[in-house]
Amino acid sequence: MTTTDPASRESWSGNRRVATDSGRVVRISGPVVSATGLPHTRLFDVVRVGVEQLLGEVIKIDGDLVVTQVFENTTGLQVGEPVEATGEPLYAELGPGLLGAILDGTQRPLQNLSTDGALYIARGADPPRLDRDLRWDFRPAVDVGDRVGPGDLLGSVPEGRAIEHRILVPTGVSGVVTSVRPEPSTILDPVVDVDGHPVAMLRRWPLRRARPVANRLPLTVPLITGQRVLDLLFPVARGGSAIIPGGFGTGKTVLEQALAKFSTADIVVYVGCGERGNELTEVLEEFPELSDPRTGAPLMERTVLIANTSNMPVAAREASIYSGITIAEYYRDQGYDVAMMADSTSRWGEALREVSSRLEEMPAEDGYPAYLATRLAGFYERAGAVTCLGTPERTGAVTIVGAVSPAGGDFSEPITQNSLRLAGCFWALDTALSRQRHFPAVNWLRSFSQYGLDEWFDREIGSDWSPLRRWASAALQDEGALQEVVSLLGVEALAAEQRITLRIGQALREDLLQQSSFDDLDASCPPQRLLAMLRVIHETGAAMRSAHQRGVAITAITSAAVLTELGRMRRWPPDHVDDSATRLIQRIAEEMSSL
Amino acid sequence: MTTTAAHPAFTVGHRTVTRVAGPLLVVDGMDGVGYGELVEVETGDGPVREGQVLELDGSTAIVQVFGGTVGIGRRETSVLTRGRAARTGVGTDYFGRVLDGAGRPRDGGPQPVPDDYRHVNGLPLNPITRAHPDQFIETGVSAIDGLITLVRGQKLPIFSGAGLPANSLAARIAAQARVPGDDAEVVVVFAAMGVTRREAEFFRTEFLTGGAAARSVLLLNLADDPTIERLMTPRVALTMAEYLAFEQQRHVLVVMTDMTAYCEALREISAAREEMPGRRGYPGYMYTDLASLYERAGRVRGGTGSLTQLMILTMPDDDITHPIPDLTGYITEGQIVLSRELDRQGIEPPIDVLPSLSRLMNAGIGAGKTRDDHRGLADQLYACYARGREVRRLMSIVGESGLPVEDRRYLAFAAAFERTYLDQGPDRRTLAGTLEVGWQLLSPFPAAELKRVSAEQLARHHHEASATATDD
Repeated sequence: MTTTDPASRESWSGNRRVATDSGRVVRISGPVVSATGLPHTRLFDVVRVGVEQLLGEVIKIDGDLVVTQVFENTTGLQVGEPVEATGEPLYAELGPGLLGAILDGTQRPLQNLSTDGALYIARGADPPRLDRDLRWDFRPAVDVGDRVGPGDLLGSVPEGRAIEHRILVPTGVSGVVTSVRPEPSTILDPVVDVDGHPVAMLRRWPLRRARPVANRLPLTVPLITGQRVLDLLFPVARGGSAIIPGGFGTGKTVLEQALAKFSTADIVVYVGCGERGNELTEVLEEFPELSDPRTGAPLMERTVLIANTSNMPVAAREASIYSGITIAEYYRDQGYDVAMMADSTSRWGEALREVSSRLEEMPAEDGYPAYLATRLAGFYERAGAVTCLGTPERTGAVTIVGAVSPAGGDFSEPITQNSLRLAGCFWALDTALSRQRHFPAVNWLRSFSQYGLDEWFDREIGSDWSPLRRWASAALQDEGALQEVVSLLGVEALAAEQRITLRIGQALREDLLQQSSFDDLDASCPPQRLLAMLRVIHETGAAMRSAHQRGVAITAITSAAVLTELGRMRRWPPDHVDDSATRLIQRIAEEMSSL
Repeated sequence: MTTTAAHPAFTVGHRTVTRVAGPLLVVDGMDGVGYGELVEVETGDGPVREGQVLELDGSTAIVQVFGGTVGIGRRETSVLTRGRAARTGVGTDYFGRVLDGAGRPRDGGPQPVPDDYRHVNGLPLNPITRAHPDQFIETGVSAIDGLITLVRGQKLPIFSGAGLPANSLAARIAAQARVPGDDAEVVVVFAAMGVTRREAEFFRTEFLTGGAAARSVLLLNLADDPTIERLMTPRVALTMAEYLAFEQQRHVLVVMTDMTAYCEALREISAAREEMPGRRGYPGYMYTDLASLYERAGRVRGGTGSLTQLMILTMPDDDITHPIPDLTGYITEGQIVLSRELDRQGIEPPIDVLPSLSRLMNAGIGAGKTRDDHRGLADQLYACYARGREVRRLMSIVGESGLPVEDRRYLAFAAAFERTYLDQGPDRRTLAGTLEVGWQLLSPFPAAELKRVSAEQLARHHHEASATATDD
């Protein structure tokens, strides 16, 4: 917020007032601080509270009284201390230097929050959101005399090894390029002049406002997650949204992290919202060691981490989700596929609830404010696949994956239920499965995906994908029903045909759906391998049935030694998957016919 | 953290109490007071009580009074402000002492000489200064060391039920905890909230007799002490512990019991403030409040010390979905769950390993840390026991004779596992001993059924019993 260069600011209302009000604190209740003497302040304007200039945001105006939520601890603040209005909403700073950054909920770089090697986060720190001194190698894509408008490509800088950071014309700016400076520049240096006005690389955008696009596209391409249960049964579309509800210990965070590591997005924005500090440290220590499965560059170079752990101020937790989605949209507008992971949206909802309760608003269900559903919708609807503004024509997408931590593991609570209406995928994690150490503990009977992606899979992976997918889904249903019979009457009560169904269901569960994120080979599974494994299990079922028709005893069929080979499929060498599958199908057929 | 206007030497008295409700005072004329500031409440007769500013509205303050509000009236009561937030002394002079819930001596001894003073609320550790916990702690308890491994810097709660021996398990871990190959002793800061005199006596003997006294501090807030002091107790304990761990580089184990009493105190204050109640009447900010305690565990980069937390909570009516265990489980790195059924069978300690979990286990075990077969063996024991319990449930429906041979093997395993692996009485087991017992328990199974361990580990450790020994 220190830039003075008007053209480098992405304007949002056109008539920004720089005039500021100066008021006084009259009431303090935790993160909620009320002030008077700020007549020109608008909702969601940023304020600076107290002599320590704590960052805050206006959340309610009631006559003279301006109610703010403060993003830092308010201990020691006194009634009568000054409050300054800035006349601006909360902005994200966007530009080169975001990738690999580790930020708090209001986009402050965590490195700069502990000065002089201090362990703790000091109050009132206000470092620049992006490095002002670093020089970037600007490579122009326009010449003097070109006519440009909002969203047009001006040039690019390499950001890390794999990502080309595209510098676009800010909204509200159009005209003729009058000067181009292809040289190493900081984000504040003008790199191009449009009609004589300098344009730098830094952009600013209000967090709570969605960035504009040319138009929205239908969702027809999947985001490959590398998790078999998701890609096969409940795929999420690029530009879609998914929620992962689950009680504690069901593996939400492990699954979110696996998606951050292995999904086929260009950019990953990972928001740790009100979660554990030690888990974040694990990400911080692990990600720089891992490489992007597609580009080979370090994983951190495609990742932006936003960390507001559970003991950091609650209002900043509320803002962290918006910081994340704004950064995601910014890269989408450059033409990238962005995946945003939010772990956990429940903590965000609770932050809303806490602030709402301090405002003494009338609560709706479970104490959450009545506008919870509206806020959730405002967030999830920022996902999408789009045609970006400007030329050259490009498409981009933001996919949202939100973890939900329902109280008591009970999915009927408001955050799960409201998210359910908005998200296209529901990946229900199940305590019973996690207690059996079945991971990922996605319950295949409760989860769903509303995206019709079969066509893509049939075209790109194999034409038998969708028939096999339907077969697997039905087989798991049948097995579930049979399990209930078994638990009442024992396995002997089943007909031979049913016991084959049971055994195939077991193979699908144990040898296909289960996946170990701690095993290097198994942690991520490309769809080709998944299809090969599925074909083997399908053929195994056929071989078992034909053996049964020849009159072989059912126990001999279901306990055939060769079936243990199915458990080794996940560790097949990646290069020879199809060969391995063909050989195993043959071997199973032979052994079944020799019984 | 510096408070802004008032000067430490500058004490102001206010005499305008307008309302007394439960543990709260509403005081007028409190200009120049900071949010969260510590105040003193004087009644003319009786001791001076401390309080903390919970809310400021103009010149009116809501003050929560530590030490109860008995004897406080609208007249004769004055509130003194000193312009500082709640602080506590920290340092090694506190070892061997019994303190009250707010950190004052309650053993009749002299006032300890602190190395320094610290604000009790602390500040959040910057995530980038944390080091990931990965050092194995041997507790001598097989169920924990083998299956729910504790590491330095972890926060692991014990989910207990009324009457279950959580306190003795915690005391046992505190007494036995050591890191193999590391002589650094473990320092124990013990925070007891709302405990009975009998329990207090147990802890006093356990921690402050013998050699343990030189490395233990005991904070006692008894069941009949003012509830509100309970909110201070864990904060004082953690502030002392942070100083020892991150500045003195000691290995600190903080044991907090009983978090249920703490949460009830939180609810009491919330109700007195007429706040909007959340689930079961607990305030909506309980998650944030608990996180501000639990997240103070950890290790930091460049430091050798660590702060490990073991907190005990009593699940009301053994209900794991109750808000207290539920919110705790969402913050902590796993949980140890005690079982009433196992306790009734006399199994000691009665740990139910199926719902128990250590999220940091993987980081602390394996080759170079414990042993390469640790993970596989743990998974295998877990899988066999889970299946055994499932068969036991089935048996209650179809009878033992209706079970196939393989199932009966799992049934026998589950019983043996509970009798030998879990039930170790007062003995301490080394990790090697724990692993050995584990492999012995697996000996009735043919190698082909043990899919969670590698072939190589099977060859080294698995000694399959002859088939006749298990089939009838």
